[in-house]
Amino acid sequence: MEHIRKRLAKCEEGIRYLCQIKEGCEWGNLSGLLAKLDELKASFYDYSEEGFSDEVSQIEEAVAFLAERCQEEISPMDRVRIVRSPLRFSLKDILENVYEDYTELGGEGEANIDPAMVVAKANILRRVKNRVFTQQVMVIGHEKGHGEEFRNGGSTKPWGNEKALRFMQVAETEGIPIHSYIFTPGAYPVEEYPGAAQQIARNLYAMAKLRVPIVSIISEGGSGGAEAIGLADFRLMFSHGYYSVISPEGAAAIEGRVGEGQKAPKELIEQCAEHLKITAQDNLDLGTIDRIVEEPPLGAKHDDFAFFKRLRFEMMRATDEVVLKTKSLRAFRAYELKLKKAGDDEALVNPDQDTNLHIDISWEMNDDEQKRLLALRAKKYRAMAAKAYLNDTTRFGEFCKKTSTRVAKVYYTVVYDILKRQQKQVEKVIKEVSGEGSSFVKRLSSPFTAAYDFIIHKPEGRSGKTPAAASRQEALALEFGDTYTSPLANEDRTVTCPNSATRGCKDLWVPDLYGEFCGVCENCGHHFPLEYQWYLNNLFDRDSIREFNAKIGASNPLNHPVLRQKLQNVKNETKRHSAIITFQARLLEVELVVAMLYSDFRNGTVGAAEGEKFVQACELAKLQRKPLLAYVHTTGGIRIQEGTMGVIQMPKCTLAVRDYVDAGGLYIVVYDNNSYAGPVASFLGCSHYQFAIRSSRIGFAGYRVIRDTTGQDIPPDYHSARNALKRGHIHGIWDRREFRRNLHQALMTMGGRNLYYR
Amino acid sequence: MHDEIDFDRILSQYPADPYEYIDILTPHAGRLVFKTSEEQPVSGPSGEWQHVPGTLLYQLERERNVKPVRSVVNGVVASLERALDGQFVEAGEKVMTLRHPLKKREIIDRILRNVLSMFLAPERAKYFFALDIQSRIDKHGQRSISIKPGDEVLTMSLMKRDTPVLYQGEPGIIHSVYFTPGATVDQDQPLIGICPEDKLPLIQKIIARVKSEWE
Repeated sequence: MEHIRKRLAKCEEGIRYLCQIKEGCEWGNLSGLLAKLDELKASFYDYSEEGFSDEVSQIEEAVAFLAERCQEEISPMDRVRIVRSPLRFSLKDILENVYEDYTELGGEGEANIDPAMVVAKANILRRVKNRVFTQQVMVIGHEKGHGEEFRNGGSTKPWGNEKALRFMQVAETEGIPIHSYIFTPGAYPVEEYPGAAQQIARNLYAMAKLRVPIVSIISEGGSGGAEAIGLADFRLMFSHGYYSVISPEGAAAIEGRVGEGQKAPKELIEQCAEHLKITAQDNLDLGTIDRIVEEPPLGAKHDDFAFFKRLRFEMMRATDEVVLKTKSLRAFRAYELKLKKAGDDEALVNPDQDTNLHIDISWEMNDDEQKRLLALRAKKYRAMAAKAYLNDTTRFGEFCKKTSTRVAKVYYTVVYDILKRQQKQVEKVIKEVSGEGSSFVKRLSSPFTAAYDFIIHKPEGRSGKTPAAASRQEALALEFGDTYTSPLANEDRTVTCPNSATRGCKDLWVPDLYGEFCGVCENCGHHFPLEYQWYLNNLFDRDSIREFNAKIGASNPLNHPVLRQKLQNVKNETKRHSAIITFQARLLEVELVVAMLYSDFRNGTVGAAEGEKFVQACELAKLQRKPLLAYVHTTGGIRIQEGTMGVIQMPKCTLAVRDYVDAGGLYIVVYDNNSYAGPVASFLGCSHYQFAIRSSRIGFAGYRVIRDTTGQDIPPDYHSARNALKRGHIHGIWDRREFRRNLHQALMTMGGRNLYYR
Repeated sequence: MHDEIDFDRILSQYPADPYEYIDILTPHAGRLVFKTSEEQPVSGPSGEWQHVPGTLLYQLERERNVKPVRSVVNGVVASLERALDGQFVEAGEKVMTLRHPLKKREIIDRILRNVLSMFLAPERAKYFFALDIQSRIDKHGQRSISIKPGDEVLTMSLMKRDTPVLYQGEPGIIHSVYFTPGATVDQDQPLIGICPEDKLPLIQKIIARVKSEWE
């Protein structure tokens, strides 16, 4: 009877799993089945063995039928619940079953800097004919545990991501590939050092040029938390996984404007999951992943050993593909690898199916191959979300742009790489010779000049402009022009400074505040928000702004039902096409490229169009050897209605920044008003030089998300620029009235004479 | 300090009327619109950092700037000048009275302010204990420090200058400290409460009685 009891337990597990997926036992009369199961258990000894077996068989059939039906009509939200089930496999199961052996690094179990992030050095077996090789990999991933509370559901703290980065660098030193497994609902949103956003940005920045193959696979890909280890040369996804910009519940809370502490309606959550296009197939269609790893119906569990075998095969195959693409000699092996795709699904149904690749590929790479790997990685991300934005440029315009870019490329290559290099060489030689010559002449002439000076006394000091006079002149040039006054000043009323209770600030008359005072409280220095046009007019030299890519516009790549109309409205209101303005400008004779995220357009959220414009700004700055300024008037994060098309802008833009900085560029970020989430956790937070305007707020998640996620309240000044400075996230706080002067100084001190420091 | 402490009077005063009546005065002139009414409960700022604002009492509009005035204490609106609703009011005009139920700690504090000899702030400035007094407080606690007139007890920090403040009043021990070192104290606000050593047992007895009797 024992084996029948086991079958009965299995049935119960199956029913409870279905209840979890369908969020209740009403679907398919699961409650009736459970009642029958209880009845059977109670009258276990009343049945004969055959009779009981028949009863169990009936339930087994019913469960199998329901499972089949559930799989047939599976919804995106069902997949989310599958992924969150404690029965689902976790990273520890993968380490046990996919790899030959492993050693966990940076902590073990609960004794860990962050138990949600597991790093292990593992061996994987490669069988070629009758020979067996062991290849080492660095496995990095989120561990949800099977209900272990200390794992925090795979929600990694900043120091967990820092651990991941540390061991990525170990993998780079040792030249072994990285397999990253993404099982996270999102990063743990705390600002304490190293800071959730800033650490993700650092991870992305490092991964952009990590000289080893990276293969990532997504089970639960929750936005920024997923990206922290997700930038890869090959991105796989489990067939029942989800990859999304925000949890469906979070999206529903925003869409439905649900108050704190209240739950969004179930239907709205289902709708949001549908609209966000979070499933593996959706992501494959959108091009954010490269391949889907099939799971058994209703998702793999921790004891699906055939699935782990398949997973081992897929991880090796993906790594091989990445490595082979960098090899010069690869044709036959690549062909063999391609052939291996046939009969893939065999492994799922037949555990004895041979899933070995039988191809001999070394994962070691030489310098040239590493260079090729990095170039391919950059190319891969550059091509992502290419069709997810509008470009109204005509064909002729496109042709002109391409031609002018090519000409500019040739021109700047000649000027900077050929002439400038030669000029520098010549200048260097002249400098050396003149140095030698002047020393020689000085030695010869010194007795005579000493005698001459003794006879005719010369007054001290040199003629010409004194440093003080020069700085005075410069200060004059730094004064603001009087050409622009904020339209906010055209109101006859007063406003109260938010610090009036504590600092005793008097009411401010609006025309004074937004005119003469530049929106700054004259008593406490509180900065009232100003429109982005104020900066355009007061920060740069008069008439020096030349906008580019103005016609690249935000679109609705996922056909989100709400976004289309909202975009149309905001385009009509702002007369702009996206939330970012990219332009070339001049600041005291310093030419620079600027990318400005501003609040009027969907709160400065970043989608495919904004990402593309930012990347093109990086490319232009790189081409023309100009410093790049990212001025963040406001950014609310990634535009959630664009789903993963938005999320993918995080690695895409960070790669562009890394390319630019590695080529010698100077990248400065200045935050103003509110800067949150994805952009801060990627292409903004990765800058070496970050500053903030006074009274601004910088962070990863807002108050409500922090309260919901961590269950803790946070102080009202948690995201303030001053706290960001204390935490080391930014390097200085600038007064708005001193912005022009400070920016110029930063350009000169950080960039040096040539503003392109290598 | 009163020569005789009327023990019974002090203790009977608070059970009879355990409230503080706070008059709400307008901070400046403007048109007033009430946002609450009589007998409405109001709450003061709350939350770990006092970041949740108190109940909105009224709005005062001046030069098209609508300023919300919120309650700073918990309690009930005891009375309200309904006639002023929608009218222009001058600065410093009483618009309502809040009835704030006193807590045990507040009652003890009030009793102490009555019976102790208060040393008031001579100027609006930041105050610190004199170095030797501070070191003695750190070592033995404030109740072990006895002071007499002419002692240099405090240092007043005003306009970047430190001026010694000499104690004037009855000799005794420092029973209560009402200022935070480094924080600005308004003129005539109490800095320290002094208790003659012989009256300390009596004061402690009163405090013990309040603690035991008061819910």
